[in-house]
Amino acid sequence: MSARDELLARVRTALGPGTAVPDVPRGYAGAGAGPQAGSPEVVARFCERAAEYQATVLRVRAGERDAAIAAACREHGARRLAAPAGLTAAELELVGDDPPLSARDLDGVDGVLTGCALAIADTGTIVLDGGERSGRRALTLVPDFHVCLVEAAQVHASVPDAIAALAPAAAEGRPLTFVSGPSATSDIELERVEGVHGPRTLVILVVEP
Amino acid sequence: MNGFPAAAKTALADAQLRRNLGKATTAIRVKRARAVGELEDWEALRDAGAAIKARAMATLPEQLERLEERVTRAGGVVHWARDGAEANAIVAGIARDHGASQVIKVKSLASDEIGLNEALALRGIEAVETDLAELIVQLGDDEQSHILVPAIHRNRAEIAALFERTIARGQTLGLEPRAIAEAARTHLRERFLSVPVAVSGANFGIAETGSIAVVESEGNGRMCTTLPRVLITLMGIEKVLPEWRDLEVMLQLLPRSSTAERMNPYTSIWTGVRPGDGPQEFHVVLLDAGRTDVLADEVGRQALHCIRCSACLNVCPVYSRTGGHAYESVYPGPIGAILTPQLEGLERAPTLPWASSLCGACYEVCPVKIDIPTVLVHLRSRVVREVKGRRSPERLAMDALGRVFRSRGSYERAQRMARVGNGPLGKMPGPLSGWTAMRELPEVPQQSFREWWVQRT
Repeated sequence: MSARDELLARVRTALGPGTAVPDVPRGYAGAGAGPQAGSPEVVARFCERAAEYQATVLRVRAGERDAAIAAACREHGARRLAAPAGLTAAELELVGDDPPLSARDLDGVDGVLTGCALAIADTGTIVLDGGERSGRRALTLVPDFHVCLVEAAQVHASVPDAIAALAPAAAEGRPLTFVSGPSATSDIELERVEGVHGPRTLVILVVEP
Repeated sequence: MNGFPAAAKTALADAQLRRNLGKATTAIRVKRARAVGELEDWEALRDAGAAIKARAMATLPEQLERLEERVTRAGGVVHWARDGAEANAIVAGIARDHGASQVIKVKSLASDEIGLNEALALRGIEAVETDLAELIVQLGDDEQSHILVPAIHRNRAEIAALFERTIARGQTLGLEPRAIAEAARTHLRERFLSVPVAVSGANFGIAETGSIAVVESEGNGRMCTTLPRVLITLMGIEKVLPEWRDLEVMLQLLPRSSTAERMNPYTSIWTGVRPGDGPQEFHVVLLDAGRTDVLADEVGRQALHCIRCSACLNVCPVYSRTGGHAYESVYPGPIGAILTPQLEGLERAPTLPWASSLCGACYEVCPVKIDIPTVLVHLRSRVVREVKGRRSPERLAMDALGRVFRSRGSYERAQRMARVGNGPLGKMPGPLSGWTAMRELPEVPQQSFREWWVQRT
C-alpha cells in the first residue's frame, strides 16, 4: 500500500463511521458588517493603526504624490528605487523590474516603490498580490526601504472584508503577502523590535483623490 | 527521561530562569488581554475557530485529497509521510537531487518533532535555522522552551553574549535588542541570497485553493519562501483548513493570541508555483507521525485543533514557573501536556498529564477552545488504565474502594477502621508516600453520619 493510501486509510479508521460534521457558526462581524471601503473613518483608522507599528504614514492628494515620494526618499537617503515595470514617478530614478531584477540587484538598490492590492484598517495591514501594482515578492523583500502607495479606495475596514476581496486572487493562485509594519521580532524577551530580515523602514503613502 | 516531576525540580532551582520566564510571561499576558479586549466579537470568533477545526478533522480525508489536487494543479508536488523517518528521507532526497549541502529553514515545530535537522546532518546536509530564537537555540546548542519564542528562557544579556562568542565575534553588541537583531540580519543575509533550497512549516493549508500560509514576524519566512529555487513545506495533516474564508477567522485569532498584536508583521500565502515569482519548484510533505493516533481518541483528538499560538503557556501557573525544558518535549506547557503523550504514546510521556493544577486558565485563553483540563483528566485515567497496569497504587486503591462501596457492612467497617488511621497515617509509607508528600490526609471524624443516625433513632 502506498504511503498516501495508508495514511488516508489510517485517518478513516481513526474517525470511525458517522463522525459528526459540525457547521461553522459565523456570528462574528463578517465581510460587509462594518463601514465601507475608502470611507473617511476607515482611512483614518488605517493611518492610525499602521503608524502604531512604527511605519511612517503620510496622507497626500493625488497631485502631490510624486513630490511626497521624492521627499520621503530624500529623507532616507534613497536615490535608486526598484519598482514594478510600468510604475512611474517624477523626480525619481526608478529601476523597472523588467527584465526581472536578481536578488543581488535588489540587494544593491536603495529601496523599492510599489502599490498594493488592498489595505486593512482594523489591523493597519497592506496586502501585496504579485500583480502589476505590487510587483513580484522579492521586490518588496530584499531592499531595506519600502515606499508603498495605497489608494484611499483600497482601504477595507476589517480582516473579513479583505479576505472576501482577495478570494479571486487566491483562486487564481496569486501569491499574497500581508505586511503590518516593518520587519520585527519579539524573540528577545517578548518585546517587539523593528528591523530584522525584511525592509526595516516602511513608508506608506495614502493617496486621496 | 525521568519525567516531569524530576525535571521540574531542576528547573525550579534555577533562579535566573524563573526571573526570565516570569518577566516575559507576565508582559505578554497583559498585552494579550488588551489585544483580545479590543474585539467585541472575540467569543464568536473563538466559537467559529473551534468549529472550523472540528469540521476540518471530521472531514480530513476529503480535505487532504482536495488540497493534494489543488496543489498539484498549481504545479506543486505532494508527498505523504507516515512517520518522521519517511518525511526526513523525502526532504533529504529533494535536497540531494539539487546538490544542496545546505538548506535554509523557517521555524517548523513539526520538523523539530521528527528531528529533521539531525536526519539531514547524517546525510551531510546542514540545516540553517533563520528564525532569531531558533538561531539562538541552535548556536547555544540549547533546547527550545516555548512554542513561539523558543529562547524565552534567555534574556538579552545572555543572547548578546552568545552572539559575541559566535556570529558576531569581536563585536560588542550591548543590551539593545535592535543591535542583537542586526547581528542576526548580517549573519543570515548571504545565506538568503545564495542557498537554493528552503524548508518551511505551515500554519495553514487551505484545501479549497491549495494555498499554504506561513505567519511570522522577522521576514525570514518571506526570505525562505521567496528567494530559493526550491521550497519544501512540511505540514502536519491537522493543519488543513477547508475554506479560504476560514482564514478571516484564523488571521484574527492567531496574532492576537500569540504575540498580542492586531496582526503579525508578515503573512505569506502561496499556491503551488507562480511562473517568474518565487521558487520554481514546490513540494509539500503531508505528515502523520502519530496524528492519526490522536485522532482515534474521541476526547483527546481536540488537541489537533491547536494553532500553536502559545497563549496557554503564558497563562499557565505551572509553565510560567518551570519553563519549557521540564516538559522534555517539542510542545511544552498545557498543550504539550496533552499533545506529546498522545503523539509519542502514553508510555513515552506518562507524567505529563499531571503537569497541571487543572486551574483552567489555558481553556479560557485558547483561541480555538480546546478543553485542555478535560483532556488532561481523560489522559490521566488512560495512563492509569493502559500504562500503570493492574498493580499500580491508583488501580489497587480504586479496586479496593470499589469492593468497599459494594456492601454496606464493609463500608461501615471501613469507616471505623479509618478512625484508627488518624494520626499515624499522616505520612503514608512506601509507594504511597508520593501522595502524602504533596497533600495532607483529612481528619476522620469520631462519629460517622450513619452512626449518628442509628443512635438518634
